[in-house]
Amino acid sequence: MSFSNVVRIFTKYWKVFLITGVSHTLLLSLITVVFGALLGLILCYMRMSFHKPLRAVSSFIVDLIRGTPMLLQVYVGYFLVPKLLPFKVSEFMAVSVAFSINSGCYLSEAFRSGIQAVDKGQMEAARSLGLTYSQAMKKVILPQALKNILPELGNEFVTITKDTSLASTFFIGDIMTSYLIVRGNTFLTFECLFIVAVIYYVINKILTFFLNRFERRLRVSD
Amino acid sequence: MIRTENVHKSFKVEGREPLHVLKGINEHITKGEVVSIIGPSGGGKSTFLRCLNMLEVPEEGHIWFEGVDITSSDIDINIHRQKMGMVFQHFNVFPNMTVMQNITLAPVQTKKKTQAEADEIAIALLNRVGLIEKKNEHPSRLSGGQKQRLAIVRALAMEPDVMLFDEPTSALDPEMVGEVLDVIKDLVKSGMTSVIVTHEMGFAREVSDRILFMDDGIIAESGTPDQVMRNPQNPRTKDFLSKVLY
Repeated sequence: MSFSNVVRIFTKYWKVFLITGVSHTLLLSLITVVFGALLGLILCYMRMSFHKPLRAVSSFIVDLIRGTPMLLQVYVGYFLVPKLLPFKVSEFMAVSVAFSINSGCYLSEAFRSGIQAVDKGQMEAARSLGLTYSQAMKKVILPQALKNILPELGNEFVTITKDTSLASTFFIGDIMTSYLIVRGNTFLTFECLFIVAVIYYVINKILTFFLNRFERRLRVSD
Repeated sequence: MIRTENVHKSFKVEGREPLHVLKGINEHITKGEVVSIIGPSGGGKSTFLRCLNMLEVPEEGHIWFEGVDITSSDIDINIHRQKMGMVFQHFNVFPNMTVMQNITLAPVQTKKKTQAEADEIAIALLNRVGLIEKKNEHPSRLSGGQKQRLAIVRALAMEPDVMLFDEPTSALDPEMVGEVLDVIKDLVKSGMTSVIVTHEMGFAREVSDRILFMDDGIIAESGTPDQVMRNPQNPRTKDFLSKVLY
């Protein structure tokens, strides 16, 4: 690997890496976290409900997703989602569905532990005042749980930006796809890997920086 | 006001014999009465108190509060809890709310009061316990004693008919015990029916109309403070009192 080659490749293909690659990766991550959070909320609500069948369904889904490899889920999403939906779905969308479901399952557990981390005396105090379970949840428990959950959501976003590299299997245009494209044109494997590694690293550094600032702000408002 | 009949409670521990904590409690607390419950740890004092507002659900027996059997499954327990204030060992104030919000949450949510009415009551109560200058602070800025006074005021804002105190001073630094006991004393003097689980023997003796000694899931002795503390009849009461300093 030579450094001059790295510079040469980057000057020629920077648009593929930085514009196509980064935008697809960030968009896919954003879709995943947003829809994952929604699904996570639903799964968490089911998991914590008093209704036994709902609890069972939720834990089965979460268990299934956590017990199978993500790459396999991306495959299933890629081939199955277009078949299940009546309208035409892009490959990018099909893959996002798989990522969202995966992320939703992990987030539902994060939500649940965020809620359970709230001291149980809080629920008792609220109930002792005559509030109903749902009033206590809404006014006392969830606002406190949110503080535990928000940093977790940010961490999930950082993790997802890396995990989306699996989607390159289907050439959906993310950073890892840009690696495959440029390597195909230049045959310089290590130079391309080096560039991609630096891009991922820098993205995550930036995201973590903002995340830490956000977490500090949360703590100050305590 | 509160009458219990044959209340049993056990806690199931996985892989072990269930722990039988209350073994048939029959008790009658009348209106205006101040009852302290003393006894060794693990004797069932707190569990009994928590049964009185159904935070623990007894598996056998009945509890009547103002004539209603609150162990019955077809009553709305929330309505009855609104008339029973509870103060916890670990304060359990709401850290995400200001002092004012802590106090007014329940009266407003349960639709007993409008926000304006609740604010007015809260301010009067805060004045009474000397916390008025803290009204817009969050609990993280309060000392333990102040948190517990806030917790008492929060319960009082619901205008309860009875107050249940679950070791209200056990988690406090020694220098803060006095300020909390003073608030409870004031309250008791004003005629509030109170049930107090406590390890403060001097305090129990001073404020109580009646003292219950609980040990091993039963009320082993009950009587006026003088009867129970000066002249205990049950050997277990004697043994306990000889071990505690007051």
